Amino acid sequence: MAEHFVPVEDPPSAGLGTPPVIAPGYTFGTVTDKISAIVLTRKTPRGWYVGFGIAFLLTMVLLVSVSYLLVEGIGIWGNNQPVGWAFEITNFVWWIGIGHAGTLISAILLLLRQTWRTSINRFAEAMTLFAVACAGLFPALHTGRPWLDYWLLPYPNTMGIWPQFRSPIMWDVFAVSTYATVSFLFWFVGLLPDLATLRDRSQSKVGRFVYGLLAMGWRGSARHWHQYDTAYLLLAGLATPLVVSVHTVVSFDFAVAIVPGWHTTIFPPYFVAGAIYSGFAMVLTLAIPIRAVYGLEDFITTRHLENMAKVMLVTGLIVAYGYTVEAFIAWYSGNAYEGFMIWNRITGPYRSLYWALLFCNVLTPQVLWFRRVRKYAPGLFVVSLIVNVGMWLERFVIVVTSLHRDFLPSSWGMYRPTIWDWGTYVGTIGLFVALLLLFLRFLPMISIFEMRTILPAAKVDEDVREDLRVI
Amino acid sequence: MTPNPEVPNPYVGGDRSREVSDPGSRLPREEWWRTLDELADDPAFRDRLYNEFPSEIEAIADPVARRTFLKLMGASMALAGVTACTRQPAEKIVPYVRQPEEIVPGRPLFYATAMPLGGVVTGLLVESHEGRPTKIEGNPLHPGSLGASDVFAQAAVLGLYDPDRSQTLTNLGDIRPWSAFLGTIRAALSAQQPLKGAGLRLLTESVSSPTLAAQIHEALERFPAAKWHQWDPASHDNARAGAKLAFGEYLDAQYLLDGADIIVALDADFLACGPGALRYARDFSARRRPERADRMNRLYAFESMPTSTGSRADHRLPLAPREIERTAHALAAAIGIRPADSATALGVSPALQKTLTAVAKDLQAHRGASLVIAGDGQPPAVHALAHAMNDALGNVGRTVVYTSTVEAAPVDQAQSLRDLVADMNAGRVDLLLIVGGNPAYTAPADLKIADAMAKVATRVHLSLYDDETSALCHWQIPEAHFLEAWSDGRAYDGTVSIIQPLIAPLYGGKSAHELLAAMSDRPERSGYDIVREHWQRERAGGQTAGTGASRPAPPRPEFDQDWRRWLHDGVVPDTKLAAKTVTVRTDAIARFEPGANRATQSGVEVCFRNDPSTLDGRFANNGWLQELPKPISRLTWDNAVFVSPAMAERLKFDNTPSWQGGEHGQILASVVEIRYRGRTVKGPVFPLPGHPDNCATIHLGYGRTRAGHVGTGAGFNANAIRTSDALWSGAGGEIVTTGDTFSLACTQYHHLMEGRGMVRAVTRDEFEKNPRSIHEGHEEPARTMTLYPEHQYEGYKWGMSIDVNACIGCNACVVGCQAENNIPVIGKDQVLRGREMHWIRVDSYYRGPADQPETYFQPVPCMHCENAPCEPVCPVGATVHSDEGLNDMVYNRCVGTRYCSNNCPYKVRRFNFLLYQDWNTPSLKLMRNPDVSVRSRGVMEKCTYCVQRINAAKIDAEKADRRVADGEIKTACQQACPADAIIFGDLNDPKSRVAQLQAETRNYSLLADLNTRPRTTYLAAVRNVNPELGD
Amino acid sequence: MKARSSYGLIAEFEDPTALVSATHRAYQAGYRRMDAYSPFPIEELAEALGSHHSKLPLIVLIGGLCGGIGGYALQFWAATMAYPLNVGGKPLHSWPAFIPITFECTILVAALSAVFGMLALNGLPMPYHPVFNVARFALASRNRFFLCIESTDPRFDPDDTRKFLNALGPREVTSVAD
Repeated sequence: MAEHFVPVEDPPSAGLGTPPVIAPGYTFGTVTDKISAIVLTRKTPRGWYVGFGIAFLLTMVLLVSVSYLLVEGIGIWGNNQPVGWAFEITNFVWWIGIGHAGTLISAILLLLRQTWRTSINRFAEAMTLFAVACAGLFPALHTGRPWLDYWLLPYPNTMGIWPQFRSPIMWDVFAVSTYATVSFLFWFVGLLPDLATLRDRSQSKVGRFVYGLLAMGWRGSARHWHQYDTAYLLLAGLATPLVVSVHTVVSFDFAVAIVPGWHTTIFPPYFVAGAIYSGFAMVLTLAIPIRAVYGLEDFITTRHLENMAKVMLVTGLIVAYGYTVEAFIAWYSGNAYEGFMIWNRITGPYRSLYWALLFCNVLTPQVLWFRRVRKYAPGLFVVSLIVNVGMWLERFVIVVTSLHRDFLPSSWGMYRPTIWDWGTYVGTIGLFVALLLLFLRFLPMISIFEMRTILPAAKVDEDVREDLRVI
Repeated sequence: MTPNPEVPNPYVGGDRSREVSDPGSRLPREEWWRTLDELADDPAFRDRLYNEFPSEIEAIADPVARRTFLKLMGASMALAGVTACTRQPAEKIVPYVRQPEEIVPGRPLFYATAMPLGGVVTGLLVESHEGRPTKIEGNPLHPGSLGASDVFAQAAVLGLYDPDRSQTLTNLGDIRPWSAFLGTIRAALSAQQPLKGAGLRLLTESVSSPTLAAQIHEALERFPAAKWHQWDPASHDNARAGAKLAFGEYLDAQYLLDGADIIVALDADFLACGPGALRYARDFSARRRPERADRMNRLYAFESMPTSTGSRADHRLPLAPREIERTAHALAAAIGIRPADSATALGVSPALQKTLTAVAKDLQAHRGASLVIAGDGQPPAVHALAHAMNDALGNVGRTVVYTSTVEAAPVDQAQSLRDLVADMNAGRVDLLLIVGGNPAYTAPADLKIADAMAKVATRVHLSLYDDETSALCHWQIPEAHFLEAWSDGRAYDGTVSIIQPLIAPLYGGKSAHELLAAMSDRPERSGYDIVREHWQRERAGGQTAGTGASRPAPPRPEFDQDWRRWLHDGVVPDTKLAAKTVTVRTDAIARFEPGANRATQSGVEVCFRNDPSTLDGRFANNGWLQELPKPISRLTWDNAVFVSPAMAERLKFDNTPSWQGGEHGQILASVVEIRYRGRTVKGPVFPLPGHPDNCATIHLGYGRTRAGHVGTGAGFNANAIRTSDALWSGAGGEIVTTGDTFSLACTQYHHLMEGRGMVRAVTRDEFEKNPRSIHEGHEEPARTMTLYPEHQYEGYKWGMSIDVNACIGCNACVVGCQAENNIPVIGKDQVLRGREMHWIRVDSYYRGPADQPETYFQPVPCMHCENAPCEPVCPVGATVHSDEGLNDMVYNRCVGTRYCSNNCPYKVRRFNFLLYQDWNTPSLKLMRNPDVSVRSRGVMEKCTYCVQRINAAKIDAEKADRRVADGEIKTACQQACPADAIIFGDLNDPKSRVAQLQAETRNYSLLADLNTRPRTTYLAAVRNVNPELGD
Repeated sequence: MKARSSYGLIAEFEDPTALVSATHRAYQAGYRRMDAYSPFPIEELAEALGSHHSKLPLIVLIGGLCGGIGGYALQFWAATMAYPLNVGGKPLHSWPAFIPITFECTILVAALSAVFGMLALNGLPMPYHPVFNVARFALASRNRFFLCIESTDPRFDPDDTRKFLNALGPREVTSVAD
């Protein structure tokens, strides 16, 4: 559409003091160019190919594991009596938890008018989508007869059979699918104006066509912007309670059951906090290398890292409180089963995992009290990795150590993951990374139009505002 | 699972037997399968079963071979037929109870028959669906059963349909027709005629069949110089010898437990094994109900290996066998039938002496109502002492009666076998007929029977399996299963049952009768004719069973009705053996010296016992029995070296649950080497609380090398160190650790109750002082403690009551359930992962010190909770409540989230992690219960209270426009139970047994504090301890 | 008739302030059929164009209510009428267990109506629009700001309106082909 198009530079809007969350000297144009260039013009870094190669191989591992699972049955995993749920549910909860950061950053921080969210929300949301996709795989595959999973959907059928809505698993089905849908809408609506930008800046026919198709003919009309803002705010308002509800419902899977170690009222808040905790850890794990590779330090500044570190510190403390209360109540309630459960965690066969989780989730984040650490990217990276591991261990401890020794000593047993358990888990990590890399390559990882709004030049002068107010 | 290197190779020394092919060895061991699925995939096996045109086809040119070929065609057609339909036997067999003569499709018929085992038969009722026997129950009219059955009877159906059975008559591995065999045998016999059969030997197991005995006598009349040997590894030699010592003749002792107030068991597991065990268990448990405290009996058990009997005892003392012998003497002394002064010389500890004094006092206080029982494992002297004590206590005729033996011709079997081996070694044997049994495997190691047999010109073996002995024989004749053939036999009390077949031989097998007929002048007589003619003669010639004239008497007109009646009832009236008046040779007994028969008294004492699951190995290829958790140890698929925990500690043996399955699956046990009388065997060690110290128990029946795909290679062979002079125990053993470990599949390794009161037990005094004492320290939420309105159950309200006090942990319920409900066998590997599928399990718990604990059994089926925790968590409503309170499991709705299983506090739900059912093997398809759906992979399953039986009864009741009567519905577990510990019924009917039992003070719910409101409840145990001995 | 040939006149501005004031002036000058285009949302523009409130919140509210009521109704009907079963001794209508799904349904339908409502109100997707015919309009998604007065406006006159726009100090004014 723009054959004789000549980009025109406008003078840098200097002298207006350093913007909080973006390096000085950027204009509408440069911001646009820098971010869209990653997708449109810049050469894909070698690191991307290496990373994608590895991720792709891991995805193949997933494929093999799943195929064999479908051929043979759940028996290829280590699950048994009494441990009916193990790796698969651990991974499910872990992924779902990770998936919480995205919506949280986009929605809650938006409502809280946290401008610093702008440069990280886009790929945080993408991460959410991919994490939820990985999470969804596990409950879908862990059933004995996965090809019948659709029976969990309330659809009219000739036999007049309906699902059993009292089951937390049904709640899961609705919560997770709702969450996936809303996250996607939120993400896509956010992308719309940027897709228009890519459409207008793309040099290739294909690019113009594809981006144009996705942009739906967005043209930045003031009236559209008006509806758009309303919609975006409403979505944020809806996503906020949703994101809280999702992990609450996931925690119901356990809290509603009678198994000692599951049947606990503290689970909802403590699961939500844990989710945010792991979510931010994962955002850091991803953001730090990405900003290094693509040289985005100007957009994702130490300010961002520090804020996220603070969030982690807070949620980490909430989680630690959760652990404490769990143990305290077990003792205080005087319930023999609860008491044994916690004692078994601390001293039983799986104790090493329990202690490891305390180290990862409670001890490690304490270093975030120090500003120097919060500002030191490599340090944060390590911390975030440790927390990711810790949160996985937490879920494993909750799921397995509660089940393996429940009420009747005659049925106590042990669980050991098989190579297929590992294959499926590692496979989903591969899938996750692969999807993320594709996203980085073909879509703007930072919301361009929102970056424009936080430029000083985006402000409308006072006097003009004044005479608007006259009428 | 690698076979034990110490297992002696049956081919060693057998020069000709080298030519005998071993189909089993076509597969490498480690690939050998353990589940029935893989079984069907085994190519070797598939040929044998599916091969319509057997490989002999190329030999078709030769006319003889053509006949063979045609026979084979016939055989394979029959097999092909197996998949589709079955053939009723040609002869008239009579359905039990008032049922239409002609089969109504969908309605099972019940036939009375009997199962021979260890020299006695147990009466059975067999359920037959359109001509397929599918389920076995006890025969209520049979004195040895009273409707109960044991694990072996329950598992016999699988034995019948076992695809590993010997299916063709072979000569040195080549398939031959019966006629070919007849030719050979006739030739060999006519060669024997001039010698009067001097070179002819017949080896059988203990024979209780009057017909068979008569046939053998007939044969021996024709060949006076021939010899008949008997060898039954599960034999009662000691009891026989003991009777001879005490009375000077072979006699059988029968116990009348309903009259016994005080019982002393000297290493006798009379409740769980041996003749009459079912009856004894029934009579015993009938007197364990504290509600009738005046009738409550008291049991003292002095035993080595912890057994069912010991676990039911009010006082159990773990003692090594040789100590038990001394104890017997000391007890006899205390009672005064041997000089008291020698008591000290017996070397029993003061503590034990004190106990014995109390026991003696108790016994004397109940003269005529007490009973002393000696176990087969004890030497003849102990049996003699027991008889003497009973005599002195005036129990003879009251709690014990003596009759002439049930066995047709009792002999000292060890000696009998020794003689045979001697003759063979001396080359005096030309023709050896082995009728049943598997001597090559079961014979004591010192006899080296394999070498001896190699010296016999013609060796013939009739058996169900092509086993170790078959490998040493020229002719292998497939034996007809007892459900396939006509025969007869005597119960523990002598009552005769006619064994009628339920189905024509699946694999064209022959019965012992038909084989022996081949030795007579009328070789082609059918088993039916033989048995029927025998009894015709009997009736004609009076009651002298066992001897028969060669000529059939003219038939009496009423015989036909009698015959029909016998078949219908399953018992022949008035054939019970009459009690004999006996005189004990007290003087001789007073002169016994304890341990006189023991060579050495030092070192570890090694005890040999029949395995609770495989017995002497004859059931080694039965998947149900292999996977059956043995009482107390809960061990499956293996035998082990059982020692006391203290000994394991001392010798640094290590047994730890692994990460795979853990306490509920895999135990890593250290492998030890037992050095005993110059022989050694290696096996995994298993510390068992309550096992006496400095003593090791190993079970027979494992380490089979040619059992079949299920049994071969499981466990180690105890016969490898068993000697004929000390069949059941001998001192002088030594146990050293090898440093290796072996993984045992054990379904329960944690036996402590962790103060959770699963089993509630008090003493009789406590119970009489305050019956509520049972519930002390156990809270049960009030039924009003709920947000929701109570659910009302009109109509029927099914419930179950299980008496922990009565249960003897015999596992009959487990196998009965498995047979009734088409429960698959999953194999050792899956059990190691903790995935066994039994719908009912018998948990065992200990209380008290590890060296002398109280043991309790707790059968756990589905509790059918009214507030079932499993139901609300199922997303698809695959498990819901019926309006009669059943916790229904809807298999075809289940998607397999396993949430219900996680949320079941009783862990009674079972999940098909893989495709456990065998969908291919034709014979196994025949076996299944058509009223129960066969579950596939990925589906949860569990106890249904035998809903198919409930519905059958309800349909009948509705047709008759009445309610289902109490006792009309029996669940499979209840029906099998010999101890009458499981009662099922309608709780809405206040007069029903279950309602009354649940109204008793002893009644409690498992994990009542969870407010699940189980429909299955338990009756607490009450131990009748002797106040003098305290608790 | 001549005017019909063109969609209208479009003026390009360099910064948001200019656009806002221009739009404001045009509004005061009585132009109504016009629209402003910017690379990012500018609150003031809506006011300047005189469009104030959006119907979207109402749509979302209705959507949410439908979702919630529908969700609960489905569960109630299925559990008590269509497929009534005794599940673990719980009453057929165990309402506390029905809350989570009701909530999720509310959110789901509300969110869907928010997004599709927005698209509908904006008449998207709309692959063709005359303003795209202006080559420099590509910058509207980068760093330029446009005001377009449409020829259908009663006060529109090719020459006067062009003069009026030029008076607002744009970078340039071009006519938009229809």
